[in-house]
Amino acid sequence: MDVIRKQLADGVNLTYLQARKFKTSLLSAQFVVPLREDTASANALLCAVLRRGTVTYPDMGTLAARLDKLYGASIDYTVRKKGETQCIGFVASLIDDSFAPGGEKLLEPVAALLGELICDPATERGRFVRGYFESEKNNLLDAIRSLINDKRDYADRRLMQELCAGEPYGISRLGSEVTAGKLQPKKLYTQYRELISTARLELFYSGSADIRRVESALQSAFSALPRKVIRERCAVLPHAAREEVNYVTDTMDVTQGKLGMGFSCGSTDHTALLMGNTLFGGSSNSKLFMNVREKLSLCYYASSIYHRQKGLITVSSGIEFENYQRAYDEIMAQLSAVQHGELEEWELQGARSTLLNAYASMGDSQGKLENFYLGQAATGHEETPEMLADEIRTLTPQRIYDAMETVKLDTVYFLKGKETAE
Amino acid sequence: MKQLFYSRIGESVYKETLSNGLEILVVPRSGFAKKYAFFATRYGGMDTRFHLDGQWLDTPAGIAHYLEHKMFDTEEGNALQELATNGAEPNAFTSNAMTGYYFDSTEHFEENLRILLSFVSIPYFTEESVEKERGIIGQEIRMIEDNPDWQLYTRMMQCLYGENPVRTPIAGTVESISHITAETLYHCHKAFYNPANMVLTVVGDVDPKRVVEIAREILPAEKGGVIRRDYGNEPMEVYEKESSLTMEVSSPQFLVGFKCRPAGEGEEYLRLAAIGDIACDILLGDSSPLYLRLYDEGLINTSFGGSFEMLPGVAYLYAGGDSKESRRVAREIFLEAQRLVREGIDEDFYQRTCRAAFGSNLRGLNSFENVAVSLTEGYFNGYDPFRFPEIFDSITKADIVEFLRENITEERSVFSEILPKEE
Repeated sequence: MDVIRKQLADGVNLTYLQARKFKTSLLSAQFVVPLREDTASANALLCAVLRRGTVTYPDMGTLAARLDKLYGASIDYTVRKKGETQCIGFVASLIDDSFAPGGEKLLEPVAALLGELICDPATERGRFVRGYFESEKNNLLDAIRSLINDKRDYADRRLMQELCAGEPYGISRLGSEVTAGKLQPKKLYTQYRELISTARLELFYSGSADIRRVESALQSAFSALPRKVIRERCAVLPHAAREEVNYVTDTMDVTQGKLGMGFSCGSTDHTALLMGNTLFGGSSNSKLFMNVREKLSLCYYASSIYHRQKGLITVSSGIEFENYQRAYDEIMAQLSAVQHGELEEWELQGARSTLLNAYASMGDSQGKLENFYLGQAATGHEETPEMLADEIRTLTPQRIYDAMETVKLDTVYFLKGKETAE
Repeated sequence: MKQLFYSRIGESVYKETLSNGLEILVVPRSGFAKKYAFFATRYGGMDTRFHLDGQWLDTPAGIAHYLEHKMFDTEEGNALQELATNGAEPNAFTSNAMTGYYFDSTEHFEENLRILLSFVSIPYFTEESVEKERGIIGQEIRMIEDNPDWQLYTRMMQCLYGENPVRTPIAGTVESISHITAETLYHCHKAFYNPANMVLTVVGDVDPKRVVEIAREILPAEKGGVIRRDYGNEPMEVYEKESSLTMEVSSPQFLVGFKCRPAGEGEEYLRLAAIGDIACDILLGDSSPLYLRLYDEGLINTSFGGSFEMLPGVAYLYAGGDSKESRRVAREIFLEAQRLVREGIDEDFYQRTCRAAFGSNLRGLNSFENVAVSLTEGYFNGYDPFRFPEIFDSITKADIVEFLRENITEERSVFSEILPKEE
């Protein structure tokens, strides 16, 4: 699959992937900015406020009617964390022109709408519409507060907060309740003007249209984008590994406990760590799944994630409160097994195949492609999924063990239930 | 094999029914690296009472889901491992009315298909291995019991339905699964995992003939009988009006449910599904007058949404989200339904809602899983989901109004809420 990267204007890049096999096209526009405590909430709020209306379609009703007419095209605002950058913008999905019953062209009007949402928002007296600002601020606060509702997510997030306390990576993509509560309409508008004139803009297209058509639709859609001095991409700071393990416990009225463990990786051999993590807890064939779940029946889920940009591995599991120590010991024992190469051939084979399958099938999903290439662009990487797959193919087991040897326990998070007085 | 073409959505389907009764559907997709196989039985959380070997059998709640967990065990070890070693991503789910096993893989497709067909058709478990699973499923149940969305939904279903087993949680409870034994699991497998009660759907760039050959070779040749199930005699009245629970959540959440008249099998089923979807969009979808007004007034936020769902003998429309004034929102919903019935639906709004619904159905075809699951559901309920453009053509505004008039009323409604714990 050929990917074309092209600069359309100062700090504006297009990633173009032609694909005729989908029913839809995907078009995305994302600003890439540093993830910072003081701006994260404002950026998250910006997308939501922009989504409320433009000069031509000044409210949700007219916007929704416009999208319905374009055969239910969708434009969703997205707020994502990629490494230590925050990516904010819109993702549009539209049916491919060949399926429009009236033979209409849909790419151009959807691109135009996307451009308008970003460059031409509905305003009053030189600011965002007051009502939009207030209601989206409330929604953002509700969204941040509601993170507590899903206990698995909540525990994962708390672990990350503790593990990376004081580092941008520990900041939630929506920012915090405190910073969100302080947002003001005037400052938000200033931040918006600053964003559209200085932040890098990543555009992405997947669909059947040829590149000239896509380029010309986007050039025209974003012709009003002001461009000043474009900020450089910020580098990810390495995690400051702890000398002593940090243990954190929260108490809540829940029936299942959540055990999270964060590890720092000393090695920078990313391919080896990715593979090592897959063996450890990254698949349904992994050590954690096979032992903590299948062999000891301690949990329904126990899995791990490798955070490539930050050199971390995190483990997430749901257990009975009293099984804390057993689960903890078993997770450590399984890490040690991977570090010492206590692996059978089928495990290596399975982990390799799992990763190769994931890379090979990425091209089958427009959403995955967009997310992957945005991550690459945001963190300054240029490998394609095919190149990453080749790295997996040439990886030796010894490199895995060496890299995993540098993985050290850093932070342990436990969410437990309240003592019941019965 | 028969091949059917659907020009309006650019699809085709190969079909074959084996002599053992298994239905095979293959959806060719060239240009995709991924191949997806979905093997499903018409057996889910609601099938707890059924007829086997001349008598009615009552089985514990959660047994279909328990069986799903145990099916991965094989004489050689574990099918999950075998598939994963081949780079396949295997998994399974149990819903109210079906259990489905699937994998996607870019390589070794035929070998993976053999593994899938083999482990699902050959049960292999012992009292010990069944016992061991109890801890894992117990933790799965604990996990979902802590989930407010699940609580809200389950309680709404228990208000809507008093007789139909759809009111029982699919995974059962820690108590109900304590009664499950290897023997009952074998009984259930015998009854429901016979090829005549199953469908194999494959999506991807594969040779349909090979799929049929492999299924013939692996699956038993004899044909099982039709299984009678007892879903109770569910009246049209709701069972309870409301349910309220406190949990550790940030703000109140609610669902309002409307018990709707179910459809029979066949194309009527698909037609009602489409009418219910469009009615839901017209009533409270995110470009509806109601949604826009409530959003503007700050009574709802983006968490608000609704859906129309159908199961054998069951149909309901529900909506909800976070709201500080949930009872008022619930009331506004049926007031809006009354207004639509009284004043009719704006023509332009109706036309664009249908357009958007067409686009959304078309978009759904990008997902292999969605394609396989809807074809399977279609087969179990006697309709062809790829005929949705024709079904859409046949629906009129009058159908929508009639649906709202009959179903979206105060007496057919139930209310479920979760309130934050007071410290």
